[in-house]
Amino acid sequence: MIVESLFAAFAAVALCSGLMVILHRNAVTSALFLVLAFCALAGIYLLMGAEFVGMVQIIVYAGAIMVLFLFVIMYLNLKHDVETGVQVAVRRGLGWILGAVLLTEGALLLRRGWFPGPVAAPAVPPPAGNTEAIGEVLFTRYLFPFEVIAMVLLVAMVGVIVVGKGLRPGAGEEER
Amino acid sequence: MIPLTWSLAVSAGLFTIGLVGVLVRRNALVIFMSIELMLNAANLVFVAFGQHMNDIEGQVVVFFVMAVAAAEVAVGLAIIVNLFRLRETVFVDEVNLLKG
Amino acid sequence: MESTTLWIIPALPLAAVALNLMIGDRLGRRGTGWLACGAVGLAFLFALRAVFALAAMPADDRQIVDTVYTWMRVGDFSIDVSFMLDPLSSVMALVVTGVGFLIHVYSVGYMVHDGSFRRFFLYLNLFMFAMLTLVLADNFLLMFVGWEGVGLCSYLLIGFWYERPSAAEAGKKAFVVNRIGDFGFLLGMLFLFSYGGSLNYERLFAAAPAVFALGGVVITTATLLLFLGATGKSAQIPLYTWLPDAMEGPTPVSALIHAATMVTAGVYVVARCHVLFELAPLSLQTVAVIGAATALFAATIGIAQNDIKRVLAYSTVSQLGYMFMALGVGAFTAGIFHLMTHAFFKALLFLGAGSVIHALSDEQDLRKMGGLAKALPWTHGTMLVATIAIAGIPPLAGFFSKDEILHGAFASGNYGIWAAGLIGAGITAFYMFRLYVLAFRGPSRISEHAAHHLHESPRSMIAPLAVLAVLSIVGGWVGPPAVFGVGNAFHDWLAPVFQPVAAHGVADAAHGAADAMAQGAAAGHAAHAVPPATEWLLILASVGVAALGIFLAFRLYLTSPSIATSLRERWAWLHRTLLHKYWIDELYDVVVVRPIHALSQGLWKVFDVKVVDGTVNGVAFTFEGLSAVLRLFQTGFVGTYAFFLALGVAALLLHFLRS
Repeated sequence: MIVESLFAAFAAVALCSGLMVILHRNAVTSALFLVLAFCALAGIYLLMGAEFVGMVQIIVYAGAIMVLFLFVIMYLNLKHDVETGVQVAVRRGLGWILGAVLLTEGALLLRRGWFPGPVAAPAVPPPAGNTEAIGEVLFTRYLFPFEVIAMVLLVAMVGVIVVGKGLRPGAGEEER
Repeated sequence: MIPLTWSLAVSAGLFTIGLVGVLVRRNALVIFMSIELMLNAANLVFVAFGQHMNDIEGQVVVFFVMAVAAAEVAVGLAIIVNLFRLRETVFVDEVNLLKG
Repeated sequence: MESTTLWIIPALPLAAVALNLMIGDRLGRRGTGWLACGAVGLAFLFALRAVFALAAMPADDRQIVDTVYTWMRVGDFSIDVSFMLDPLSSVMALVVTGVGFLIHVYSVGYMVHDGSFRRFFLYLNLFMFAMLTLVLADNFLLMFVGWEGVGLCSYLLIGFWYERPSAAEAGKKAFVVNRIGDFGFLLGMLFLFSYGGSLNYERLFAAAPAVFALGGVVITTATLLLFLGATGKSAQIPLYTWLPDAMEGPTPVSALIHAATMVTAGVYVVARCHVLFELAPLSLQTVAVIGAATALFAATIGIAQNDIKRVLAYSTVSQLGYMFMALGVGAFTAGIFHLMTHAFFKALLFLGAGSVIHALSDEQDLRKMGGLAKALPWTHGTMLVATIAIAGIPPLAGFFSKDEILHGAFASGNYGIWAAGLIGAGITAFYMFRLYVLAFRGPSRISEHAAHHLHESPRSMIAPLAVLAVLSIVGGWVGPPAVFGVGNAFHDWLAPVFQPVAAHGVADAAHGAADAMAQGAAAGHAAHAVPPATEWLLILASVGVAALGIFLAFRLYLTSPSIATSLRERWAWLHRTLLHKYWIDELYDVVVVRPIHALSQGLWKVFDVKVVDGTVNGVAFTFEGLSAVLRLFQTGFVGTYAFFLALGVAALLLHFLRS
């Protein structure tokens, strides 16, 4: 009972702040609302018993990624998003319509009940903690992807440095 | 126990919101944020199903998704910064050199 | 009898063509000349050898077949590339290779100063190949290949000096007129195939009496169509107009193609298909009538022509008419006999004319010749022999063959045709001796320039003339009339081929059952029908008419030229008509050429430009328009692309919803 109502609350917060992300003019406000959405999602994860995922969500997403976003937003020092022009309006209108259509389709699909029923508990009881459980699988069956993901992050770092440097040859740090 | 349907509904809603954001907004950074929203919706689905089927691998996938998302955000923001340097704008409809 | 070596005969000239193409440049004039003449000479020897082999076989089964390979096999239809030698094709092969060889040798001397020496012999050898294929083929299809081939070579050789517009036009005219005939020929072939079931001579002729009703519509139509092709190739009414224009080509070409060989193809074909023609008496009658009409018609035109080669051209048309006349009245052997003797003396006449033209620095107008007898002794002597031969004076070759034709016409009861032939013979003698007198006798009317360079031709050109002159004298001695009592060797050689259909394969020529078949077409054994006394009278008549013609020619053009002039003035309108060939070319132009030309123009301007081009351009235009619309999708704005992505997702979900 309490789980469900908490879930409902978190879900509502997530959805509403998601909506505010896309509706608000100011980019900084959008970013902050996104942080709120992430936190609500983390709460949902905790409710589902995925503690590790929930904590990582807050640490990585809300703590690192969004901070990065805010850095860039403030660095670029943007004016408010000005929405003008008929073409823009047409595009926006179509976007909203399409969104509504997709939502309806999603709802209809859900009502069909297109998913398997609950599965019996596994024969081998999983380790007590969620983190241990993930660790056990991650370092055995998913070892290779784990190593690869490390490479991905390295490559991304290198890429960021290269791209961030800019086009001018031999240019040093960007003057601010 | 949270019913699977609820989780999926929330996920669908978040995903649609993110999609609309991509289609509607002009600011590249906001578009990027909407993409993150969509990724999170996907994460939610993974966890929900993992829960439903008593399989831990759903959460393992989420782990990978998050790592990739982090890398992607870093690179994407670098590109946007570069674009801003070149074009003095982050509004995507002003960057239309590929117009046919 | 089967053989594996007949194919060598047509293959030799073809090999010479290939060699000429590949290394002709390096061979030089001498080498090319040797190559070309050698190939034809060798072919003649091979043909001779094959004929000897043929002669060694029993008389009623003389046939050598050489099947090279199966050309095509489609369902029931099967055609081989195979050659057949029987008495008829042996005569043709020997004439083609023999006279062809002499003309090749002559050409080496005649064309020695020409810049396109190599190309000339290339075409000439190609022609030999095509003609030999035509003559030696054992089925209609292979023969048609040769038929078309000679037409092509004729075009190439008539327009040999293509920088001259008149030559190019003449080549075109020859090809187009021939085409009309070929169309008829092809239709005839198709008729024969669809009803007779085969295009192979032996099979078709064996099946013919059973399949085709005597005098029926089908066989009559088919044979008339075949004859249409023959009129095109052999220059009879109505498709003869190309032959006089064909004189634009070099003189050896006129000698070879338009006197001795190609134009005889039509005669050969009709003779070969005698079985079919005998089944269609109407067609045979048509052949005879057209032959006689052409003979007389062309002879009258020949009287008034001033160009030496034109006179000879019309003479050829006329003599071909005699050959068809013979075939039409059933005297098949006589027709082929005349084909052979005509090849001898007509080739000689053309080559001699070439010698005269060469000597006079390319002068061809008879009015500017005269008195050449002393200056060109060899040319004069051989030309005289040929002229006497063509006039039909015994004991030269022309007499024997022409007499046999007239005899055949008389014996078959076609007195009108006989009379036409007789009158034609007289006119022939007249205009041929007119040519002789104007060129070689009388006062000299030569221009200064020509007189300066007057010289007899070199040995390489005289030698063939001499050989042909000998042949013109003795060539007729193989076929004397029955009243001479010495037997007709030529007739005996060819008789088995021309047996009436029912008697085929029966050793003794039983006339009983055959008579019903041979009703309207005497089987060439005309000797039976005419009593000896009448035959002597006929001989006297033809010789007498010829002598009259000769006498008139000498009178009008040598002794009393004033008579000729006054006649020309009194009958100016007639003279003009004859000179302008009865205005037939002009008639064809108005009735046929102009309407077709107008039609082509109309089709071009309306159909091709508006409809065809319009459609093609329209298609392009449509696509241009479509792409202009599609281009709008390329906004360059990534958001639009994302929108379409999402649209796709929605559509996909819709699909899942439905199913």
